[in-house]
Amino acid sequence: MSTSTLTKEDAAPVEEPVLRKPSARKRLVPYWLLLPGIIWLVVFFALPMIYQASTSVQTGSLEKGFEVTWHFQTYWDAFQEYWPQFIRSLLYAGTATLLCLLLGYPLAYLIAFKAGRWRNLLLVLVIAPFFTSFLIRTLAWKTILADDSVVVEALNALHFLDVTSWLGWTEGDRVLATPMAVVCGLTYNFLPFMILPLYTSLERIDGRLHEAAQDLYASPATTFRKVTFPLSMPGVVSGTLLTFIPASGDYVNAELLGSTDTKMVGNVIQSQFLRVLDYPTAAALSFILMAIVLGMVTVYIRRAGTEDLV
Amino acid sequence: MRWIRRNLVVIAGLLTLAYMILPNLVVMAFSFNRPKGRFNYSWQEFSLDAWKDPCGVADMCESLSLSLQLAAWATLGAVVLGTMIAFALVRYRFRARGAINSLIFLPMAMPEVVMAASLLTLFLNMGIELGFWTVLIAHIMFCLSFVVTAVKARVMSMDPRLEEAARDLYAGPTQTFLRVTLPIAAPGIAAGALLAFALSFDDFIITNFNAGSTVTFPMFVWGSAQRGTPVQINVIGTAMFVLAVLVVVAGQMITNRRKKTATA
Amino acid sequence: MTDKTAHTGKNTGGGDVRLTGISKSYGSFTAVHPLDLTVPQGSFFALLGASGCGKTTTLRMIAGLEDPTTGTVFLGDKDVTDLPPYKRPVNTVFQSYALFPHMDISENIAFGLRRRGIKSVKKQVDDMLELVQLGDKARHKPHQLSGGQQQRVAVARALINHPQVLLLDEPLGALDLKLRRQMQLELKRIQTEVGITFVHVTHDQEEAMTMADQVAVMNGGRVEQLGAPADLYENPQTTFVANFLGTSNLIEAEVVETGADVIVTAGGGKLRVPGDRCTSAVRQGGKVLVGVRPEKISLTHADDAGSIADGRNRVTGRIADSSFIGVSTQYVVNSPAGAELQVYEQNIERDTRLVPGAEVVLHWNPAHTFGLDAAQDIDAGVETVEDAG
Repeated sequence: MSTSTLTKEDAAPVEEPVLRKPSARKRLVPYWLLLPGIIWLVVFFALPMIYQASTSVQTGSLEKGFEVTWHFQTYWDAFQEYWPQFIRSLLYAGTATLLCLLLGYPLAYLIAFKAGRWRNLLLVLVIAPFFTSFLIRTLAWKTILADDSVVVEALNALHFLDVTSWLGWTEGDRVLATPMAVVCGLTYNFLPFMILPLYTSLERIDGRLHEAAQDLYASPATTFRKVTFPLSMPGVVSGTLLTFIPASGDYVNAELLGSTDTKMVGNVIQSQFLRVLDYPTAAALSFILMAIVLGMVTVYIRRAGTEDLV
Repeated sequence: MRWIRRNLVVIAGLLTLAYMILPNLVVMAFSFNRPKGRFNYSWQEFSLDAWKDPCGVADMCESLSLSLQLAAWATLGAVVLGTMIAFALVRYRFRARGAINSLIFLPMAMPEVVMAASLLTLFLNMGIELGFWTVLIAHIMFCLSFVVTAVKARVMSMDPRLEEAARDLYAGPTQTFLRVTLPIAAPGIAAGALLAFALSFDDFIITNFNAGSTVTFPMFVWGSAQRGTPVQINVIGTAMFVLAVLVVVAGQMITNRRKKTATA
Repeated sequence: MTDKTAHTGKNTGGGDVRLTGISKSYGSFTAVHPLDLTVPQGSFFALLGASGCGKTTTLRMIAGLEDPTTGTVFLGDKDVTDLPPYKRPVNTVFQSYALFPHMDISENIAFGLRRRGIKSVKKQVDDMLELVQLGDKARHKPHQLSGGQQQRVAVARALINHPQVLLLDEPLGALDLKLRRQMQLELKRIQTEVGITFVHVTHDQEEAMTMADQVAVMNGGRVEQLGAPADLYENPQTTFVANFLGTSNLIEAEVVETGADVIVTAGGGKLRVPGDRCTSAVRQGGKVLVGVRPEKISLTHADDAGSIADGRNRVTGRIADSSFIGVSTQYVVNSPAGAELQVYEQNIERDTRLVPGAEVVLHWNPAHTFGLDAAQDIDAGVETVEDAG
C-alpha cells in the first residue's frame, strides 16, 4: 500500500493559518462596472426628479425668474384645474390596457400554441410595424377613422355608433376626434408591448401540462382557467404594466386623434412646459402623475405577487 | 358554427393581427397617393411621384439622417453602459443591490412625459443649451434600463463554468472575455442593441421636450401633422417596414440553411 | 497494491499535489475544514463523498478556481496558491463538460494550445481526436454530440495541454449507467496511457473503487478516511465510511472482555471482534459498534444449527424479506441483536427452506468483524432512496 505517501492529519494545523482575503482590486470590480451607468442614471434620471420637485414649489415668472418659496398651493391649484384630464388619462389608459389584454391574449396564445411552422412569420408580423415610426402609423388612423371611411360607414350601418354615441364614446356618426378614437389609437400603439411578454410567458408553458390537465378531467375551458392563465400571470402583469404606464402619460394619440375634449394630462404637461412656460404648474402636474402611476403600479405588483419583473 | 367555436382563438388572434397590420397597409397605400391639399389623409389618385423623389421635402431627409445618427450613438452608449451593469448584477456581489435594481427599474415604470419634463427642468436649471447632445443624453438614459434587462436575461442563463473552463485552459481575463464571454453573451447584447436603436429612433416625447430647435424624424412627422403631411413620410415609413421584414426573413433563411448544413 | 509511482519511472514526489492546511469558508459556513492531502504523481486519486461534502471545492482550489481561505497548494515543490488558473499546469474536466457552444469540436480542443501561443495545432488536435475516437466529429458543434461524446471532448480538451494534473469534477455524472461503466474503463485506459495524475471527484462509490488507486472519503468538509479501495472497504474507520462504501451491518454491543479478541454481547448472544480491528479503545462495560459486511455472513436454517463450526460468530433471527437478484440472493433478517440485518448469499446451492418467516442462524468468521466507536451516528452515510446509482 502506498498510504505512506499520503498524510492526513485531523483538523489541527500546526502553524497559525494565514487568512487569505480576496484582493482589493477584485472586490472593486463590480463597482467599476456599475459606476458609469449608475452615474448616468443618477445625474440624468434621479437628479432631474429632484430639480423638478424643487421647481414644483417655486413661484415667480419667466421674466423675473423663479425661486423656491415652498408654495405647495401649486399642487392643489393644478389638481383642481386639471382633474378632468387626470381622470381621462387613467380612464383611457385603463380601457386601452384592458382592450390590449383582451385582443392580445388570443394572438399570443395563437402564436405560442397553435401557429406551428407559422410561428416565426406571425412574430415578425407583430414586431414589423415597429419599424415604421409610430407617429406615421398613428396618422394612418386618421385615414382609417375618417368620416367617410369604410370602417366608419360599416360601423354606422351596423348601428354600432348609435350605441357608442349613447355611451358618450363617439359623437353622432363621427369617430375621429372622440374618446373612442383616442382609446383605439392607444390600444393600437401599445398592443405589441402586451403581446410580447404574454407570448414569452405562454411559450414557456410545457404543452404536456395541457394534456395532463385534460387527462385529469379538465375541460378545455377549465384547463385554461386553472392551468394556462395562472401560468401566464407574469406575462399578464408585465404586459399590463408596459401598456398602462406609457399610455397614462401619452399625449400623442389625444393630440392627433382627439379633440379639445379628449385632452389627457400629458397634453397639459406638454403645453404648460413648452408653450405656456408655467414651469411650477407643469412640474407639479408631472409629479402628481408620477405619484399616481407609481402608487397604482406598486399596489398592482403587490396584489399580483410578482416580484421579479425585471 | 361548430367550426367557428373550435377555431375561436385562431379567428380572434388573426383579427388582432389585422388590427395591428392595417395602419401599415394604409401607410403603404398612401405612399402612392397624389393628395389634393396639404394633408395626405384621403385617397385621390395613384402616383409614383413621392417614390421617385423621396427627399423632395425640405428638411425631411436631414431629420431622418439625424435620427439615424442619434440612434446609433445612443445604442452604442446604452449598450456599453448597460452591458457593464448587467454583468455586475449577475456576476458579482456588492452593496446596495436593491437600490441599484430600483434605479434601473424606475425609468421603465415612469410615464415618459414625467422623465421628459424633469430632464428639461435639469437642463434649464443648469443652463445647458438644448440640442443634439441633450437628446443623446436623454436617449442613452431611457435605453439603458432596457439594455440591462435584455443582457441580464442572457448572462443569467450563461453557464459560469464556461468562463472557468477558459481560465483553466490558459486564457487570461482579457482572452476569456473576448473569446468566450462576449461571443456567448452576444445574442443578449444584440437584442438589447436592437431594442435601444428602435426606442431611440422612434422616440418622440422625451425628444420633443429636450431637442430645442433640433428636429429628429419623429419631430418632423409631428410638425407635418400640424402643417401638412407630405407623401414622402409614407414612402420612408413603407421603406423601413419593407426593409425590416426583408432583413428578418433573410436572417431567418440564413440560420435555417446553417442548421441544415450543420446537421447534414 | 503496487506503488503507482513506479509506473511513471520516477521515484521522487517531485510532481505530487500537496495540500497543506487548506480550507475554504463562505462567511460563517465552512465548506472545507483545514486538511492536508498528498496526491502522488501519476496516481489515479478519487475524492469521494455525498453532495456538499466539500470535494468539489477541494478540487476547485487545486485548479485555482477557488481561493482557499487558509493553507497552501503545492504542485511538486512549487507553491501555486496565488497563481490564477490560467497560469497553473492543471486542467479540469468540468461537470456537464462546459464545452464552448460557439466553437466546433476541434476549436474546443485547440483552445488551450492557442491561448499559450502555439500556432500549429492541427497535428496535436488530430491525435487527440484519435485518442478519444472522435476523428469524424471535428467540425461538429458540441450540441450535436451525445453525452458520452461530449464527455470525451472535454477530456481531450484538457489532456491536449499535457497538464501535470488532470482534475475531473463528476465527469460521468450526466451519463446513463451503461455508458458510465464504459467511460470508467475508458478513462482508466487513458490515464494508464498518458501517465498523468488524475484527481477525480465523484459521489459514486463504485466508480471511485473501480477507477482509483487511492480514495479519500469526504464528509462534512473533512476527509473521513484515506486509502486504497480494498483497504477502505475492509477496514472502515468510521460508520460513515462503513455505510457509504457498500453496505455494512452495524450492531450496537456491550464489551464484556478485552484482550487480543474483544468479546461483546448483543441481543443476548456473544460475539468476538479482533482487538486490532477496533478503531477506538475498548473498555469493559463500554459500548462498541460491531460491523460485518453482508457477503461475509452465511445463513443456515435453525434446524441445522448444529452443523455450524465452532468458533464462528452467531446471531439467530428470522428472515423478514428475501430478494433474488441472479448471482446472489439478498436477505433481510430481524434478530434480537439488530433489526434488518443484510445478508448476501451466493446462489450455489439454494436452501428452499430459506423463505420469509424462517428461523435462521447468521454466522461468520470472527476475523471479518470490525469494531467502531459507538459514539457516532450509526446511520451516517446510509444511502437514501434518491441515489441508487
